[in-house]
Amino acid sequence: MDFLQPSTWDDALAAKAAHPDAVPIAGGTDVMVELNFDRRRPPALLDLTRVAPLTEWGTDGDMLRVGAGVSYRRIIEELGSKLPGLAMASRTVGSPQIRNRGTVGGNLGSASPAGDAHPPLLASGALVELASVRGTRRVPVDAFFLGPKRSVLEPDELIAAFLVRPGGVEQFAKVGTRNAMVIAVCSFALSLSREARRVGTGIGSAAPTPIRALEAEEFLAASLDWEARGPVPPSVARRFGELVAAAAAPIDDVRGTAAYRSHALSVLARRTLAWAWKGMA
Amino acid sequence: MTTVETQVISGVGTSPKRPDGGLKVRGEFAFSSDLWADDMLWGATLRSPHPHARIRGIDITAAVALPGVYAVLTQEDVPGAKRYGLEIADQPVLAMDEVRYQGEPVAVVAADHPETARRAAARIAVDYEVLPAVTEASLGVLLRHVPVRAGDPAAKADVVVTGEYQVGMQDQAFLGPESGLAVPAEDGGIDLYVATQWLHVDQKQVAECLGLPADKVRLSLAGVGGAFGAREDLSMQVHASLLALHTGRPVKMVYGREESFFGHVHRHPAKMWYEHGATRDGKLVYVKAKIVLDGGAYASSSTAVAANAATLGIGPYEVPNVVMDASVYYTNNPPCGAMRGFGAVQACFAYESQMDKLALELGLDPVEVRLRNAMTTGSRMPTGQIVEGPAPVASLLTRVRSFPPPPSSSGDLREMPGGVSNTTHGEGVVRGIGYGIGIKNVAFSEGFDDYATARVRLEVIGGEPAVLVHTAAAEVGQGLVTVQAQIARTELGVERVTVATADTSVGSAAPPSPPRQTTRTGAAVGAARQAVRTELLARVGGARLDGGKVLSESGTVVADLAASIGDEPIEKTVEWRHRPTYPLDPVTGQGNAHVQYAFAAHRATVDVDLDLGLVRVVEIVTAQDVGKAVNPLAVEGQIHGGTAQGLGLALMEEIQIVDGVVRNPSFTDYLIPTILDMPPMKVDILEMADPHSPYGLRGVGEPPTISSTPAIVAAIRAATGKALTRVPVRPEHIVE
Ligand SMILES: Cc1cc2nc3c(=O)[nH]c(=O)nc-3n(C[C@H](O)[C@H](O)[C@H](O)COP(=O)(O)OP(=O)(O)OC[C@H]3O[C@@H](n4cnc5c(N)ncnc54)[C@H](O)[C@@H]3O)c2cc1C
Repeated sequence: MDFLQPSTWDDALAAKAAHPDAVPIAGGTDVMVELNFDRRRPPALLDLTRVAPLTEWGTDGDMLRVGAGVSYRRIIEELGSKLPGLAMASRTVGSPQIRNRGTVGGNLGSASPAGDAHPPLLASGALVELASVRGTRRVPVDAFFLGPKRSVLEPDELIAAFLVRPGGVEQFAKVGTRNAMVIAVCSFALSLSREARRVGTGIGSAAPTPIRALEAEEFLAASLDWEARGPVPPSVARRFGELVAAAAAPIDDVRGTAAYRSHALSVLARRTLAWAWKGMA
Repeated sequence: MTTVETQVISGVGTSPKRPDGGLKVRGEFAFSSDLWADDMLWGATLRSPHPHARIRGIDITAAVALPGVYAVLTQEDVPGAKRYGLEIADQPVLAMDEVRYQGEPVAVVAADHPETARRAAARIAVDYEVLPAVTEASLGVLLRHVPVRAGDPAAKADVVVTGEYQVGMQDQAFLGPESGLAVPAEDGGIDLYVATQWLHVDQKQVAECLGLPADKVRLSLAGVGGAFGAREDLSMQVHASLLALHTGRPVKMVYGREESFFGHVHRHPAKMWYEHGATRDGKLVYVKAKIVLDGGAYASSSTAVAANAATLGIGPYEVPNVVMDASVYYTNNPPCGAMRGFGAVQACFAYESQMDKLALELGLDPVEVRLRNAMTTGSRMPTGQIVEGPAPVASLLTRVRSFPPPPSSSGDLREMPGGVSNTTHGEGVVRGIGYGIGIKNVAFSEGFDDYATARVRLEVIGGEPAVLVHTAAAEVGQGLVTVQAQIARTELGVERVTVATADTSVGSAAPPSPPRQTTRTGAAVGAARQAVRTELLARVGGARLDGGKVLSESGTVVADLAASIGDEPIEKTVEWRHRPTYPLDPVTGQGNAHVQYAFAAHRATVDVDLDLGLVRVVEIVTAQDVGKAVNPLAVEGQIHGGTAQGLGLALMEEIQIVDGVVRNPSFTDYLIPTILDMPPMKVDILEMADPHSPYGLRGVGEPPTISSTPAIVAAIRAATGKALTRVPVRPEHIVE
């Protein structure tokens, strides 16, 4: 197996173009597990940890642009106030060791329906920046996932960064059968933006890909009392929960039943709504 | 490759540091998977993907052709006995004409690289004719039925509660997967360095399968990363030895985590039907119970597990009339055998659930109903055996009850059900408290000749008296090395104690699986010490030993200890046996089958999110009678660990099997408790010396595993009002 170690972004893109079947490795917390289980035998690994720009974040217009190689730990410590939903999700990822190494770019690269970074990125309407020697494109995150562990990423492309417009009031909640270090049975992210009167949602582990609950978003955006910020009527919260659950297409598996997932999503939707609305002070 | 641990150590009742403690914490401890020989080969195992199939043929051509492969062996290459087993030799070393569970070893490979060995194994073409799998215990072939009958089988009672309970298949989930190194010896024998629990029983089985006399199969204990019963059966021992003898090269085998799930036996899943009859004031009149255990494909220690379930299956209560039937069946599920608690765990979940149900029916406090039926010294077990040692059942219960309740949650997310996953800020959270108490036999039962051998040598090294202790008892993480040294020092008053690595050059020590290693091997060490001491005192005409001096009756110094030993070391080897036990009557289940009983009680406090079914255990209080805490810190560690394992069974640990196929053979989906799941514990240790046991010792490791599970489930029931008849409890059981 070859081990490619570019130290600049251009070299990385060139290496990926020259070796489209090389598997990029960032934190390695998914890649090494796959190698260990013999699920893949790539001809080459493309180590991205020496490419400095991937580990940087900054602004791009009114958006925040975060390099694909920024670890969960740094998201919690450096971006906790700017990207609160993603930081909450990051706090639930694995253990401290995994959060030190694991990256959002790697989460997107794996495109698992259970990836914890995905629901908050969906809820906040993030863009994923993909690059190759052919050029750069920005894909809305809800158009990024194609199926379980499949995305629009082309064989010669790398994930450069993701971009989010900060300022939403955000929440994230994840159900697992133990209190730490657990893959989501299901998860839910919510983002409320007062200026735009926008409601964003993200559902994890309850469909073949991470998804938004579009009908629930529209319903809630139209039902909330944005102006006076009066309390959310229980009937609205309940309906919102039902619509979130209805958007999911869960299955029965070792981690939980479809029925439980639907039920839990409606509970998480109601609770995160109450917390976020309270946070709109 | 013999290592020795020398330490200056204090005597019985203190908590000196363990020699392996710092090494393990720093990641420097040499586990059996770290063994190395310069010219060694790596072994790999091909396992059946099917729970049941006929083998029509095995073609190894493609595997042998791979460069770097030195041997590919099938059952035809097993020179001695083709089957082995702890109780019944029914398990093939390598599958013969049939595979009976998913993961059964079919062929083994040795190659110059582990990857090459694995690839070669994958190239072996096995022609399977897949057969229907029996995966429901009651439809399987009966392996053993243990009836126990006491009093009047037709007894009637005013208040009757019935229930059906289930326990899922738990894994020992030890940290160090199966591994070892087999080195061919010049005499045609084999030197095997292996992580195991029971060197001499391994030795016997390995020798039989290799067709070698026992003295040509020498085993040494390599660094063990936990056992909990899973290392009583053989795993890679014969395979690595076969490959080593075949290639003339040392062969190392190390299972990965996934393979480990297929490499050892598990806790028996159980289905249990119970009927309790009581008077209106809560005195038990009768218990009728049927316990069905899934033994899986091979016998392992199933027959003993069934006996434990039957004889301990009504709990630490006085019940005049008992009709108990425990049965274990062969199926095409993974084989089940020894695991911490050994048959007592499953039954305890059922009888304690029943005691709570009875309390509810009678409007009594759950502790009160237990107190009214608590067994004491002199009580008669349903087997007719009289409980002779201390049986502080009532006292353990009142002790755990009397601890103040834990404070309510501070609001920190880590204290909420769901933890930092942020599922509740208090919404839907209800607190519950539950109790559980269990009974466990200590040491082997039903007439098994259970003995331990220790050799103790007292000599002068560099002018100082020194003691060498040598046993075949396995340090599997329980702190045995330290305890042996402590017992040694207590007897001889010598500071410098060395415990040699366990191997088969001294006599047998029973495995540390039922918690008895301290008891039995400790007793043997103590007795060997006494023999050494007696000889020494006789040599110089002294009466006692103190501070490196031999003293007379009146306390005057007779001689210096080192001088008394001189250049004539004293060495004694002693075999220590428990009181004998007897078989159970096959029809009535009567008989003094057990040596000793041990008890622990738990109080669990939980917070449950009623809407999501998530649980956080807030606090666990335990009271346990340990007879004598030789090393109090180690005792507490055993109680914490056992309780955590019981918490795992209550809330998350289950090998999920569908049609004989394991769905979650990895720590991604076989969940064990993390530090955020295991709450702070309050531990109340009672020391009520057992008159029949050296130093009054009683086994420590198992009782806390037994009663923590029902206590936690009782607490969840108290919070939710749900029946919860199956463990592990899943969120969907709570929100249903
Ligand atoms: C013990 C453990 C616990 C875990 N717990 C969780 C959890 O709670 N929640 C969760 O969501 N995940 C969890 N994971 C999975 C994993 O940690 C995450 O998916 C993490 O985000 C992966 O990031 P990484 O940098 O380690 O990715 P890698 O393993 O390096 O890569 C993952 C994938 O992304 C690709 N990739 C990486 N970077 C790029 C790039 N810049 N461009 C293109 N492709 C790229 C790789 O080729 C690979 O396919 C856990 C893993 C382990 C081992």
